[in-house]
Amino acid sequence: MAKISKKNIEEILIEAIEKAETELPKDVIKALKKVADIEKGIAKIQMEAILENIKIASKEGIPMCQDTGIMTFYIQAGTEFKYLADLKKMLGNAVKRATKETPLRPNTVNPFTGENLGDNLGRNIPYISWDMVKGSECMIHILPKGGGSENMSALWMLAPGEGFAKAKKLIVGHIINAGGKPCPPTIAGIGIGGGADICMQLAKKSLLRKIGEHHREKKVAKMEKELFELINKTGVGPMGMGGATTVLDVHIEYAHRHPASFPVGLVLQCWANRRKVIKFEKNGSIKVI
Amino acid sequence: MKKIHLQTPLSTKDIKKLSIGDTVFLSGKLFTARDQAHKKMLELKKKGKKIPFSPKEMVLYHAGPVVKKERNKWVIVSAGPTTSIRMESSESKFLSLFGVKMIIGKGGMGKETLKALKKTGAVYVHFTGGAGALAAKSIKKVEKVYFLEELGIPEAIWILEIEKFGPLIVTMDTKGNSFYEK
Repeated sequence: MAKISKKNIEEILIEAIEKAETELPKDVIKALKKVADIEKGIAKIQMEAILENIKIASKEGIPMCQDTGIMTFYIQAGTEFKYLADLKKMLGNAVKRATKETPLRPNTVNPFTGENLGDNLGRNIPYISWDMVKGSECMIHILPKGGGSENMSALWMLAPGEGFAKAKKLIVGHIINAGGKPCPPTIAGIGIGGGADICMQLAKKSLLRKIGEHHREKKVAKMEKELFELINKTGVGPMGMGGATTVLDVHIEYAHRHPASFPVGLVLQCWANRRKVIKFEKNGSIKVI
Repeated sequence: MKKIHLQTPLSTKDIKKLSIGDTVFLSGKLFTARDQAHKKMLELKKKGKKIPFSPKEMVLYHAGPVVKKERNKWVIVSAGPTTSIRMESSESKFLSLFGVKMIIGKGGMGKETLKALKKTGAVYVHFTGGAGALAAKSIKKVEKVYFLEELGIPEAIWILEIEKFGPLIVTMDTKGNSFYEK
């Protein structure tokens, strides 16, 4: 726990980004260990390599995956948070400095010219999602998202009559086709309803949940469990090499929909489910979880 | 399913012995090449220009590393494999032009590459996706980097000295077998 001052916020942000890249959250490590225990043959070799890899990364403080991702921040900010106006700039600076200091791979490229300025900044990047709440606290979720898993995202605009039954089939089929590409065992984030953009955002935001943390509504939690079992029955397995575990968890978030549409978004997160949370408390202290 | 240690330059004999499911640990030299580096090398060849290193004696690694400079020397920080299928459209040509005997990547490749592997006597081996720190531990030295300024860090060609790099699983062999087409 550190006291807040404008000067040290940037340092804390850099440290949190570095920790996100080098250490996995406990719930993820626990889930990966469980998979290594139950898998056999080539799948087990993959899981053992993953466990060895995360051990080296956290011990030596180096990024566990060379794809250190595109920096994405989800902020729940109190409207009276003292540094609200400076936060965007501070995050940009922190990303730039972490790119040099951790170091991270420079991943932001101009989509047309391919130019890479080498600092992980660019138009609309880092991506920041703002949620305003009452009060003086602030919570920042860091989600570095790799390209391999992001490339396996999908959006379906279904007919409402087809609904969730059709969505389940499409999601399972999609994950079979994706095979080893999104680096399984993955976490499947699913957004339903809202609109094309809304369901995709919900799908990605659901990845902030811990492994084993289910939707607060029982009915939705049951749908998560059903999909979890269906996907793991496919046999895609760790790295697509065949096995009992294709997903570590399934998270669903929803929004109410237009009566004419049933949007379904799917965002996969690789096994390197890197997340960190920074909490600015009311009493002026900062926690990195 | 055997466990095999290999050393570059790889011989045809070494490669022909490998079958799907074998685990390989590799020592010697590799070069990294992703989308842009494939394009660049094919362009140079087309123009009749010289490739500044000898791809034939090394192994091709689909990867874009995290690097840093320490005392004026490049050091590889993290270097796991990238998704190989992105290189599918140029790989068969690449194999026949450059005579590479082994490709390391993740996720596997398609029919055209499988045909080219059989024709040129090469294999594709899978390395655990995301295992960047594990890979870096087996990378002993950065021998050289090419096209860094033009292509940027992830897309540049890094020539690396490796020791017991793996575990690599053979998933496409010289006999036309592919794990991905089962």
